[in-house]
Amino acid sequence: MTTSTSAEPTRRDFLYVATGAVAAVGAVATAWPFISQMNPDASTVAAGAPIDVDLAPVAEGQAIKVFWRGKPIYIMNRSKKEVEEARAVPLSQLPDPQTDQSRVKEGHDQWLVVIGICTHLGCIPIAHQGDYDGFFCPCHGSQYDTSGRIRRGPAPANLPVPPYAFLTDTKIKIG
Amino acid sequence: MSGPSDYQPQNAVLKWVERRLPIGGLIHSSFIAYPTPRNLNYWWTFGAILSMMLAVQIITGIVLAMHYTPHVDMAFKSVEGIMRDVNYGWLLRYMHSNGASMFFIAVYVHMFRGLYYGSYKEPREVLWILGVIIYLLMMATGFMGYVLPWGQMSFWGATVITNLFSAIPYVGDSIVTLLWGGYSVGNPTLNRFFSLHYLLPFVIAGVVVLHVWALHVVGQNNPAGVEPKTEKDTVPFTPYATIKDSFGMACFLIFFAWFLFYTPNFLGDPDNYVPANPGVTPAHIVPEWYYLPFYAILRSIPSKLGGVIAMFSAIIVLAFLPWLDGAKVRSARYRPLAKQFFWIFVVDCLLLGWLGAKPAEGVYVVAARILTAYYFFHFLILLPILSRVETARPVPNSIADDVLRKSGAKAVVSAVAILAVGGLALLGNVSSARAQGHEQPMPPGLSWSFAGPFGKFDQGQLQRGLKVYKEVCSACHSLNYVAFRNLADQGGPSYSEAQAEAFASEYKIKDGPNDQGDMFERPGRAADYFPAPFPNEQAARAANGGALPPDLSLMAKARGYDRGFPLFVFDLFRQFQEKGPNYIVAILTGYEDAPQGFTLPPGGNYNLYFPGHSIGMPKPLSDGQVTYDDGSPQTVQQYATDVAAFLMWTAEPKLESRKRLGLQVMLFLIILSGMLYFTKRKVWADAH
Repeated sequence: MTTSTSAEPTRRDFLYVATGAVAAVGAVATAWPFISQMNPDASTVAAGAPIDVDLAPVAEGQAIKVFWRGKPIYIMNRSKKEVEEARAVPLSQLPDPQTDQSRVKEGHDQWLVVIGICTHLGCIPIAHQGDYDGFFCPCHGSQYDTSGRIRRGPAPANLPVPPYAFLTDTKIKIG
Repeated sequence: MSGPSDYQPQNAVLKWVERRLPIGGLIHSSFIAYPTPRNLNYWWTFGAILSMMLAVQIITGIVLAMHYTPHVDMAFKSVEGIMRDVNYGWLLRYMHSNGASMFFIAVYVHMFRGLYYGSYKEPREVLWILGVIIYLLMMATGFMGYVLPWGQMSFWGATVITNLFSAIPYVGDSIVTLLWGGYSVGNPTLNRFFSLHYLLPFVIAGVVVLHVWALHVVGQNNPAGVEPKTEKDTVPFTPYATIKDSFGMACFLIFFAWFLFYTPNFLGDPDNYVPANPGVTPAHIVPEWYYLPFYAILRSIPSKLGGVIAMFSAIIVLAFLPWLDGAKVRSARYRPLAKQFFWIFVVDCLLLGWLGAKPAEGVYVVAARILTAYYFFHFLILLPILSRVETARPVPNSIADDVLRKSGAKAVVSAVAILAVGGLALLGNVSSARAQGHEQPMPPGLSWSFAGPFGKFDQGQLQRGLKVYKEVCSACHSLNYVAFRNLADQGGPSYSEAQAEAFASEYKIKDGPNDQGDMFERPGRAADYFPAPFPNEQAARAANGGALPPDLSLMAKARGYDRGFPLFVFDLFRQFQEKGPNYIVAILTGYEDAPQGFTLPPGGNYNLYFPGHSIGMPKPLSDGQVTYDDGSPQTVQQYATDVAAFLMWTAEPKLESRKRLGLQVMLFLIILSGMLYFTKRKVWADAH
């Protein structure tokens, strides 16, 4: 650094700074396509469209697994006992308090639809296992109840409910 | 040149690092304090331009590899997926494919500059030989990259080039089998080419480091060809060379962007938009333009082994140049004879390139032999003799003297002019080589709404063209790469998403298997692709008298024709890219009665514009066949134009965004170049 820095900014300095700034803007703009290309492409987005699932073949007490956007979705036709178990638990006992009613569609109380990915580190829990008759994750021992809510183990949150709607009493649209 | 660095970091952390790994000092001595001759002209900026292009190719290549599938059944489709579905995929792929051409343009300028100014002479022999190695690696890399899209030219280029090695006596065939990993070019070949195409650029980068290292040991040559003697002869790399190189790079990027955004397929071959077919060789096998001179040398020798030896020797001879040209004076500026022979040699190379794209017959073969002989004569006989007999003009005492004398501006201008004209002749010739040799009239040029820098698709026309496709063409022709969702894409027919969904639901799509293991049919969804009219190629042939109706998705880019000199030169400037649509209209309207004396083969129909005039497809369109709701004339001409525009969109769905982004990039680069130019003038004002 010489003494010239203490002098008044000159027109030359302005030109240098402006040129550098324009070049920097160009460099940043150029980076954008290279980052954007990492996002899901149009065919992947299109393939993530909603899917219809027929519930008629699922008997009471049974669970099926379907895939939507590459994620396993558990659809469980819960027995009366399982629904009552879920509803009898006081919210204060839950690490992630949610009522069972808020996790199912009104009038279709026996149907539980959850994304079957453990909220701990992404393994797939096994249905109808564990101490709470819900889901048990074999990776690190997280246990979920018949409403898919976390009850014990390292997972911090309940199994998420995907967006879905009943088209008829025996048909849902996921997504 | 760069002795022990006097770099002294102020920052404590940098000091700590510097004592353990003097990388700051290395950068400082190599790219900041490094003394560079003060009389370098703009031809010297091509070194920086080449570094930039290598970086562009490596970065875009890494990104493309994230989306590409090296499998014979999926490679072509995955490249189309990049062009159509990946965000900015078209930009990255065109950047990479045109970037290869730009890389070679820059390397040829760089090499000819070295030849003219004697940059290969003592003490720069190793520097020069490293450059020849880089060039060889570039050729191998470029060739293998061209194979990856797995189009017709990819496949047949791979076949022809690997077969070069079969010329080697005794072991040739075994070597070719080794290269292929099979009995012919196939999936193992594609896989290993992909692997090597990914590897070699990093090898190039490594040799470039050696090249730059050698350069920094011996120092740069300069237009005067005299070594720097005093401080006055050099300027520090930064800011002088940095800013001059930056300006050169920005100007080169404008040139690059023109191809990239406005004529991205000008340098490519339409045949490479046809998926590889091991059963059919394209009528004209032509390598990429940058190999054409060597291709001409290969073909000019009437012996298989001889041709291969001549071709490789043409490159290898460069490595011996430092010993073939023994003249003490480096720069051709002071060698009146060498200067003239240099330009004759340049013309020789350009003409060889021109001949490489011509069919190997008649007068072209004779010309190629003469020019090939001259190529070797130049290196092996002319240069050694010239260096003994030529009396050079006096060279300046020092670089500083040279700067004061300041001549040669005129020479630069004329050199640029010669190179530009020659280069254009070569480029145009490449495009003209494609569809030559058939006695058929040129399809009439039509005016298209999507032509030119501001061109846009006419949405009404695309919708009409879709209707023609659906009601007529789709009976036989598939549209495999277009999904129903694309009908709602920006820059397309502009249907709403609901309309696209409704359009899709009119189709029956085969899906399955269901829970019982059976295939079933369901209404189409937006994500589905247009279903093909036939389940497989055999069924399509059986239903069409043995002829296969080609897929139409890429038809508008997969067909071209010779526009001839000098039209192709103008085509580059006016961004003419509408050969495909012109050709489609010409075919659809070109049905006539066969002229007297023309015998049609069985199942053939006479078409004025179809190569060979005998086309399997019967006249598909007649007036009034398709009902238009918008009042457009219901004529064959109108149907043909509409469907051709529609097929241009299916072939190049991102055309509008490409041209829009192109305009923004062009404006930006012009502003940047202007600012860099004035900055450069300010910086250099001190040095003159």
